[in-house]
Amino acid sequence: MIRTENLTKKFNTTLAVDNLDLEVAEGEVFGFLGPNGAGKTTTVRMLTSLIGPTSGSAVINGFQIGKQDTEIRRSVGILTETPGMYDNLSAEFNLEIYAELYEVKDPKGQVEKYLRMLGLWDRRQDEAGTFSKGMKQKLAIARALLHEPRILFLDEPTAALDPEAAHLVHDFISELRKEGRTIFLCTHNLDEADRLCDRVGVFKTHLLVVDTPAKLRSQLFGRRVVFHLATSNEMIAATINRLPFVREAKVIENKLLVNLDDPETHNPEIIRTLVGAGVDIQFVGELRHSLEDVYLELVKNA
Amino acid sequence: MNKIKTIVRKEWAEVFKNRMVLFSVIFLPLFLSVLPLIILYSMGGSAANSANADLPAQFQQFCKTDMNAGQCMQYYIVSEFLIMFMLIPLFIPVNIASYSIVGEKTTRSLEPLLATPISTGELLAGKNLASVIPAIIATWIGFAIFAIGTLILTGGDALASALLDPMWLIAVFIAGPLMAVLSVNFSIMVSSRVNDPRVAEQLSAVIILPLLAVFFGQVAGLFILNSTLILIMCIVLFLVDLLMVYLAVRLFQRETILTRWK
Repeated sequence: MIRTENLTKKFNTTLAVDNLDLEVAEGEVFGFLGPNGAGKTTTVRMLTSLIGPTSGSAVINGFQIGKQDTEIRRSVGILTETPGMYDNLSAEFNLEIYAELYEVKDPKGQVEKYLRMLGLWDRRQDEAGTFSKGMKQKLAIARALLHEPRILFLDEPTAALDPEAAHLVHDFISELRKEGRTIFLCTHNLDEADRLCDRVGVFKTHLLVVDTPAKLRSQLFGRRVVFHLATSNEMIAATINRLPFVREAKVIENKLLVNLDDPETHNPEIIRTLVGAGVDIQFVGELRHSLEDVYLELVKNA
Repeated sequence: MNKIKTIVRKEWAEVFKNRMVLFSVIFLPLFLSVLPLIILYSMGGSAANSANADLPAQFQQFCKTDMNAGQCMQYYIVSEFLIMFMLIPLFIPVNIASYSIVGEKTTRSLEPLLATPISTGELLAGKNLASVIPAIIATWIGFAIFAIGTLILTGGDALASALLDPMWLIAVFIAGPLMAVLSVNFSIMVSSRVNDPRVAEQLSAVIILPLLAVFFGQVAGLFILNSTLILIMCIVLFLVDLLMVYLAVRLFQRETILTRWK
């Protein structure tokens, strides 16, 4: 659905996007992560034909950017970083305008459908300026969906939302995913990306890495098992570090933290080694590195 | 065409909630229609005693032979205000169109709008029509009020015939709309390049200056507007309008507007 090849954008001498090669399959939820100023919004603007690339190419839903821009805009929905509603106009009229601009066959019907779906029907006659941030965001999501696009670009959909509103948006994204829509999600919320995305790409002017969150955690950190010991025993770390399958072992207070690739296979041997050394084990568990750990590690080294 | 209509509807729905815009569209034409009628009425008695010698020499040739000295004086005074009917189609679009682009940028509504399949031409055509149509309607209604009032006050005599001369009909019904298009496109060009709606409005108001120069030039007796001058003005306006529309589209650069403005 989305394919880019050496997509590059320069503003005067500033390189905003550097040779981006990316593929997003149909029905995939793809997380596009990166620090502020990384070029995420610039990338989204190129992919939605709002601005043109300096070089390279991209195909969106079978249409080439720079040559079939109107077709691309017709076939994608975009939630911009700020909702950008007409505050003096009612929620319903805001959506009617966009339904007409997107050439929707039954504008009033579609507007009603999405206002009801997002729980805004009762407030349809109220000016958009009277809406809370969460409601404006939901209204903006409704606007992005009016023409039933198969591809959605969501730029920070839960930014500045309270946890309840963010949760509602997450549920809605999950529903869209079940409908088989392709979602390109720009977010700083790594927990959100971890929960919602099939794959994530970490971006800082160029793409640092793309993979599923689980594989990224595994590739960068391996897996980490924690052994709760009855007493603190710092000497045992050296013994465990000598095992060939162990990446790293260290003791913090009375916890032995062991990084390894395949805990299911090698945990029994670790336990035998510990017991053989006279160490009493109270609990064994796995500590998952968060996507935030992955992200910070990648961005730090970029 | 549907997208253009949508933009017009949207612009009117937004703009006419602004009281200042409503004021300029309703009050200004009304004021400029009624003021000359008040002058016409108040001069009706005293004008009969005024001598031709008070009029600039080049103006006396425009007084019709069946007009007496008083009527000629009335015609001279009231016709100065008829130029104002060419001011209305310049002024009203400045109020509406100067907010059009930069206002959307400051409210962040331009990006989702540009993300739709609407072309630059359709967008600017919609914004043009949204400003031009109210200006033209307000001007024509204002002139109609003036015309009806003149006929009632003068009883349809030589003075009415002079005040409702085809020259003024050309000025109001042809030059007026051309001026409205000029004003809108100038305002859109300014609005596309600045970052503040108030700056856009103030800079756009510069477009009124040439017409004010004509007004003061006539008051000072430097020249008198006649049919030939009005026709030349219409031709020049038409050509300038074509150029302004072309420039407005060229200067409306989506990428610059979206990326350089913060």
